[in-house]
Amino acid sequence: MSDVCIVGIGIHRFGRTDGMSGVDQGVYATYAALADAGIKWQDIQFAYGSSDAAGNPDTMVEQLGLTGVQFINIRNGCAAGGSALFSGQMAIKSGEFDLGMAVGFDKHPRGAFNALPSEYNLPDWYGAAGYMVTTQFFATKITRYMHDYGITRTALARVAEKAFANGAKADHAWRREPLTLDDILNAPLVSDPYTKPMFCSPAEGGVALILASEKKARELGRPLIRLKAASMRTRPNGSFEVFAPSIDIQRGGTATRLAAAAAFHQAGIDPNDIAIAQLQDTEAGAEIMHMAENGFCRDGEQEQWLAEQRTHLNGKLPINTDGGCLACGEPIGASGLRQVYENVVQLRGNAGARQVAGNPKTAYSHVYGAPGVSAVTILER
Amino acid sequence: MRPITEGLFTEEMPPRLLGGRDRENGRIVFPCPADSRFVATPLARVGKIWSYTIQRFRPKTPPYEGPQTFVPFAVAYVELPDEVIVEARLTDVKHEDIHIGMLVEFSPSPLDPDAESSVLIPAFRPIGAAA
Repeated sequence: MSDVCIVGIGIHRFGRTDGMSGVDQGVYATYAALADAGIKWQDIQFAYGSSDAAGNPDTMVEQLGLTGVQFINIRNGCAAGGSALFSGQMAIKSGEFDLGMAVGFDKHPRGAFNALPSEYNLPDWYGAAGYMVTTQFFATKITRYMHDYGITRTALARVAEKAFANGAKADHAWRREPLTLDDILNAPLVSDPYTKPMFCSPAEGGVALILASEKKARELGRPLIRLKAASMRTRPNGSFEVFAPSIDIQRGGTATRLAAAAAFHQAGIDPNDIAIAQLQDTEAGAEIMHMAENGFCRDGEQEQWLAEQRTHLNGKLPINTDGGCLACGEPIGASGLRQVYENVVQLRGNAGARQVAGNPKTAYSHVYGAPGVSAVTILER
Repeated sequence: MRPITEGLFTEEMPPRLLGGRDRENGRIVFPCPADSRFVATPLARVGKIWSYTIQRFRPKTPPYEGPQTFVPFAVAYVELPDEVIVEARLTDVKHEDIHIGMLVEFSPSPLDPDAESSVLIPAFRPIGAAA
């Protein structure tokens, strides 16, 4: 079976863009990706679009051109972008198409996500009592993890410190001011042990990726960035997810572990072969837990990895090289595709001040979210 | 004071939380789902803190129905031995004294402590804490 290649990438910067809808930001990213691939919208045979809160992605055709193109909308929580990419990849692998697009955008209101119990099949009292708060869940999850594996608050702060340092070097990032460890540790607590800069914020942004069969990619003459694996998984028994009135005493696996294992199996490589990784970091502890869940280290080793700066741009395994969700914010529909965008930039060697040294050839991306979904990709140059 | 909803705890004094036991595999969940597969089952009154956090900003309304004047509150997951880990408020404890493994007992608490007719929500407090 032929590899699927990413032949064009485009992004609308993350953060807040007043006067531009989410759809507009998706269109902006699409034009950038088409130009990068050297093709026109009329050449696109299919599209998968993801958005959680900014409307139907297929409405983009009004601005892009009414070509009659097959355009499927995807809404899949934090895995939405990854699911769009997964679906696009399958469309090409099936042999049905040889040139298409995965696009994602979003535009969330300011402040924490406002979830209602009925959207999660939960009773109303659960929200009335004050538990429909994502930050609260993340805080209880990391409190237990820190207790079990000896992770310190300093380690949490180191993750955020790195994120803002990397974000300062990324044009598309939102938070571009470096913060010191003390700034981060002494900031107001949101939900113990997390302070404000240890959480990402809901945001806006758009990303488009042009996908092609290997044959088509060679015709286009673009650098061959191969999508060696794309997986999406839901939670197994015993995982600990957001908005859980109760959890089993017998703890189990996670959606991330399943998605990671599937992706490494597809790609035929293991975590030691990965040169750079973008891991879901909606909060600082998420990056720490996901380092282990994706197989890059064992639970507890993160403390030392972070102290030794092994995940910095010049470390053994640079993680979240554009500052991740912490620096870019989280527009749900676009977030997973931003990771892949950043990986392509890095693999092409075009990342400027944040370029990872050593000519990276493999790159990993991972998203995770409610209610226990995860999507992983592995790219190879 | 009445519970925030029916079927969350028993009517005995002191009350116990009501979980649901899966008839097929014995797994216990909270709250008891409205599904004939689950049998309402009173849960252990005493457990230990499995994890916790302090909620430091007022959750958005809707859905939150607590008092407008916000005071940070403690939320815990409490492990009830051999049953299940349940999410509930922690009361009658200084936030800095909370720790994983702390023994706590079930004691429903008013959602708005200053209101005369507040509803009661599931809560735990350290064993022996004053009511």
